[in-house]
Formats: sequence, structure tokens, C-alpha cells
Amino acid sequence: MNAQPIHFKPSEGFRARSKAVVDNPFLRQSFRGAMDFLMSKRAAQFPDDEELQSLRSLGEAIRQYNLAKLPELLERLEANLTRNGVKVHWAETPDEANAIILGICQRHSAKLMVKGKSMVSEEIELNHAAEAAGVGALESDMGEYIVQLANEKPSHIIMPAIHKTKEEIARLFADKVEGVDYTDNVDALIQIGRNVLRQKFLEADIGLSGVNFAVAETGTLCLVENEGNGRMCTTAPPIHIAITGIEKIVEKLEHVPPLLSLLTRSATGQNISTYFNMISSPRKPGEKDGPEEVHLVLLDNGRSQAYADEQLRKTLQCIRCGACMNHCPVYTRIGGHAYGTTYPGPIGKIVSPHMLGLEATSSMATASSLCGACGEVCPVKIPIPELLMRLREEAFTAPHADPVMRGQGAGYSPLISGIWRGWAMVYRSPLLYRMATWLGSRFGGLLPARQGAWTSVRVPLRPAGKRLRDMLRERG
Amino acid sequence: MSARDRILGKLRHGAPSTVPALPDVASWFAGHRPVESGTEKAARFRHFIELAHAEVYSVARDNWTATLHQVLKARGIGKLLVAEGTPHGEVALDELPPRGVECSVYDMAIEAWKSEMFNATPASLTAARAAIAETGTLILWPDALEPRLMSLVPPVHVVLLDATKIYNTFYEAMTAEGWQDGLPTNSLLISGPSKTADIQQTLAYGAHGPKELIVLLLEGEQ
Repeated sequence: MNAQPIHFKPSEGFRARSKAVVDNPFLRQSFRGAMDFLMSKRAAQFPDDEELQSLRSLGEAIRQYNLAKLPELLERLEANLTRNGVKVHWAETPDEANAIILGICQRHSAKLMVKGKSMVSEEIELNHAAEAAGVGALESDMGEYIVQLANEKPSHIIMPAIHKTKEEIARLFADKVEGVDYTDNVDALIQIGRNVLRQKFLEADIGLSGVNFAVAETGTLCLVENEGNGRMCTTAPPIHIAITGIEKIVEKLEHVPPLLSLLTRSATGQNISTYFNMISSPRKPGEKDGPEEVHLVLLDNGRSQAYADEQLRKTLQCIRCGACMNHCPVYTRIGGHAYGTTYPGPIGKIVSPHMLGLEATSSMATASSLCGACGEVCPVKIPIPELLMRLREEAFTAPHADPVMRGQGAGYSPLISGIWRGWAMVYRSPLLYRMATWLGSRFGGLLPARQGAWTSVRVPLRPAGKRLRDMLRERG
Repeated sequence: MSARDRILGKLRHGAPSTVPALPDVASWFAGHRPVESGTEKAARFRHFIELAHAEVYSVARDNWTATLHQVLKARGIGKLLVAEGTPHGEVALDELPPRGVECSVYDMAIEAWKSEMFNATPASLTAARAAIAETGTLILWPDALEPRLMSLVPPVHVVLLDATKIYNTFYEAMTAEGWQDGLPTNSLLISGPSKTADIQQTLAYGAHGPKELIVLLLEGEQ
């Protein structure tokens, strides 16, 4: 169903993909309009700056406290979920996670899995793996359903189909959904999706979901959503499988309300989502619905690498609200697909290198003007610009022994490093500087008209004929 | 070594040597959220859930089925799923059939009647355990008598809420009721009918869950 190839080298082709979007006025308009909408919705939710700043500080403190205790909390979560009857699985890699999920499907001879919105399931490319194993994997979040019908990937972590106009969706439904005529009425389109997917909720053997917060003290999985498809996936099929990154854990239930408030207000500008679904166990004896089995898959996939470094650990504070991409001038212009990674935008740039290695992602951290908007809006105060600087350093300094990141030095070029070393030398020595500027003022005219990336959008560099020091001397 | 041991090993090796102090969630809420009277909380609850497209009716404790009947009649709904064995379910079972509303009950496991639930159950009635004023939110704890799908599958969901059970915040609700000592199979916050803005940021109701959420707010003396 989702035939998009897996991008192991998102850095390759990043420039070309970005250029294609920048050259497309329709996509530009879709993203600009959507980001303006989301930014103003968020701003309306935080009229009191003192409240916002103190809540962000609380959110940051909660995430840092829980990350500091992460190994202990994971064990407590596992113990309490197990006591509640939920089966807990651990996966270091996407392949292991897929094998666990498909193993459960095969044990139950499952034909159809309905999926609630889960970015971690996108991260592990579950749909491809399921298809290869003969299990149908159907996305049921409206945006994800649209994206899957179009054989694409989500372009935004909260609003997956944000790059599509309603006319495009109308044509897609008319082409791909049986017995549907063209309509670009949004209510009618949603009803078409509802009718198709209701039948699937009824038939599905497995429901798959993500997790927004996992509470260690009670053994509870919390899901945030508006549509009700998450509740359908976790209630109607006989088996529910949840998958989450190992970082999404809080020790105490009381940690949830501040994070939930920050999440929905930052993400879509809602004071709360329509549903907040807390699942603590499978169906108990005497209960008449809910899955007989509930599984949780805990995925590492590079998170433990970020965890081991004090600065990079802050990456794991993320609650996946998407506010950083909504406020990012780069994301707004190039959209989510250009990045070539599951997670786009500022958060994608800081989290993907841990998942895919710097070999595949070295150019991502450079796609930033370091304007700081992402860090300013982050509800848990992740210093994203600082982390981007750090990742540039990790990617572009010469490879050294005992690196903290996989692929450290992958973007290193001896030539470019040599040029910068020469530049630094010239600027440290007054004599060399004078000689260099003298040469520049005399022979600058010999510079070529085409100066690589610089002249792709700018006039060529031409050193002035007279140096500042010469002009000052003439003035006396 | 298992994946579990390897992951935990890496995390233990990388963990910081000190843990910061436990965040003081209680004082944040004490400093940033007002204490309100019952009337103020009911008004705020109503304001926010109506903003989210729910309909709210103030009803008397001894006559709420009359309003429920009107609500169903206005929509041409002649059949209601109710929870037999609950106080409100029993009242509905007594009072609605004489008014011409057929009441069905959830008396067997869903596997025996899933298709009927999805295809031939136009409306349901459940109670809310409590509510939250700050966000206009209903709190439901489905159980054996009032199962989970009742508040999800029928296109019209009617909820009975006692106005004296409205908390100011989610935090207040969970701490006052001691949720940290144990949660049921499923607990829910519901803040309006199902909705989506996934097509060009245009809000549409009735995505996968109920298209309409109707709250009967029980007010006055108990």
C-alpha cells in the first residue's frame, strides 16, 4: 500500500528535493497557509506569557526528571504493565520491532491491522514490513489514510496530509475509493473516509497505536487524539499493539496534566484534544469489550546514543507537538518531504542523526538559519539551535577515536577544513592579512563570475579595488 | 543478552549521576489556576464543551428522561443503547419505552453483536464519572456494566453529568480521586464530538467516533 522507498540516505538529494518544493507555488502556498494557521492557533492558546513560560519550565523539569530516572522507570513501567496483564517487548532496532509486531500478527493468523496515528510505526516502516509478511496495514487517522492512499509519507508529524489541497484529496478519493464520485466538500470527504474505515474497524484482527505518555507508577498508556480512530484501534479489534520510543515515560500520573496541556496547545492550538485515552490493561473477566491482549513494544533505535551525552540527551525531552516545524522558516518553505526522514523540521534534524547515523544525515543540521524560533516555542525548552550547532560539529570535524555519535565526522572534508585553517591563520597574523588583502584588491578582478553555490542566488563576490586601510591613509 | 538487557545496560551506563528534584506540580496548579464555586465551574465547563460543538441541556434530577426523549425525537432516533444495571440505565429502561423509544442493552460480549453495534445502533446513553471545567471535559470510566464502545461507536452519544462533580482541572480530578493508586482498564477524557482538521485545516465533525455529543447536566438539589 505504501510503496514509498525507504530513505537511508536522506542527505542525498536533500538540495534537489528542497529546490523542487521552493519552485512549486502550490506547495509553497499549502505550507505557508497551514503554518500561519497553526501559529496563530497556538498563540491564541497562550495569552498570558508568564503562564506559558512557567508551564514550559515545569514541562522541562518534568521531562528532565523522568529522563534522569529512565532506566529505573522503564523497569517499573514493565513491572506494572505486566502486573496489569499487558505484555511488554523490547526492540533495539526497527527490524526487531517489526519482527515482534509481525510475530504477534502471525500467531493470530491476522489478515488486517488497523493503525492509529503512530510516528514510531512510520520510523520502523511497519507498513512495508507488514505488507511483505502478508498482513494488510491500514492507516485510519484521516490524514494518514489520505497519505497512504496517495502512496506517500506524512509531511508533518501532527497533520500528515498538510501538503495536499482538498481538490487533490477529492481526486484521490474519486480515483482510489470504490463507488465514490468527485466531491471537494470537506464534510462529504470525511464521511467517505468514515464509512470505509468503520467497516475496517469492525473487521480488523489487530489494532496498532502509538503512545503519547507511558505512566510508570500505574502502568498506563496514554493516547491523545481528536478523531476517535485511536480509540477504535485500541478497543474494537481483539488485539492491541502499542509501540513507543523508550523516552516517552513519566514516573507519576500527576506529570501528565502539564505535559498534556503543553502538547495540545502547542500542537494544534486546542486547550485539550477531543479524546485522552488511558489504557491500563486488556479486557478483564466480566468486561464485554476491549482487546483480549495488549502488547507494548519499547523501541530504542538510537535513543540510547542521545541519552549517553548530557547535551544530546535533551533531544529526548520532546513530546512530539510539532510546534518547532510550524514556526520554522525552513520547514515552511521546503515542507516535510524534502528532509527525506520520518521526522521533518527542527525536531527531525536533531533526532534523525541518532536513528540513521550522521553518515546519512550530515547535511540536515546545516539546513537552518539558526533563527532560534524552534527553541523559543518548544514547550519543553529543548535548546534546538544549540543542538544543531553541536550536530554540525559532530558531523564536520575530523573523525576521532571514541565518538559519541555514529557517523561522527561523516561530513568532514580535508580540503574545506584546510581552507578554513588557512583563513584562520591569515586572520591571526597582521602581516599575512595585509598581504592577502593587498592581493585581493589588485587581483580580485580575476575571480570567476560563477562562484558555486554563492552565485546560484547572488551576484559574484568582487573584492574592492581599494582596501579600507588604503582609503584611510589617503584621507590622512 | 536480550534486547531488554542491552537497552537497559546502555541507558544505565549513560545515565546522569544525579537526579533533579521532583517537579512541584501541585504548587504550579495552586499558583496558576483559580478556586471556583460550583456555579462558576459549571458555567466554565459548559462554555468550553459548547465551543467544542457539544450540546448541553440543564435538566432536573427527576425529569431528565423528558429532555432525553426530546433530544432523540428531534433527530428522528427511535432506538437507544443503555447500560442495564446502572441507576441511570434503569431509569431510562423504565421511562423511555412508554414514550416510544426502544431501549437496547449491552448484555453480551461485543463479539456476539459487533456488526449490530457498528451498523444498527444510532445512539447511546452513558453517565460521566465527573468533569473538568478548565477544558470542558467529561471523565468516563467505562466498566462491565457500561462498556467502552458505548461512548465511541454510536453516532449520537448522550452523557448524563452531575453538575456537583465538576473539577476545575484535570490535575485536581486525578489527585482528589487518588487515581495514582489504580486506574481501571480504560479511563477517558472526552471533550466534544469526534472531529478532524486533516483536510486543508477545515474542521469537520464525526470523523470516526460520535458525530454528536449531548450532555444532560443534572443541576439542583440531590
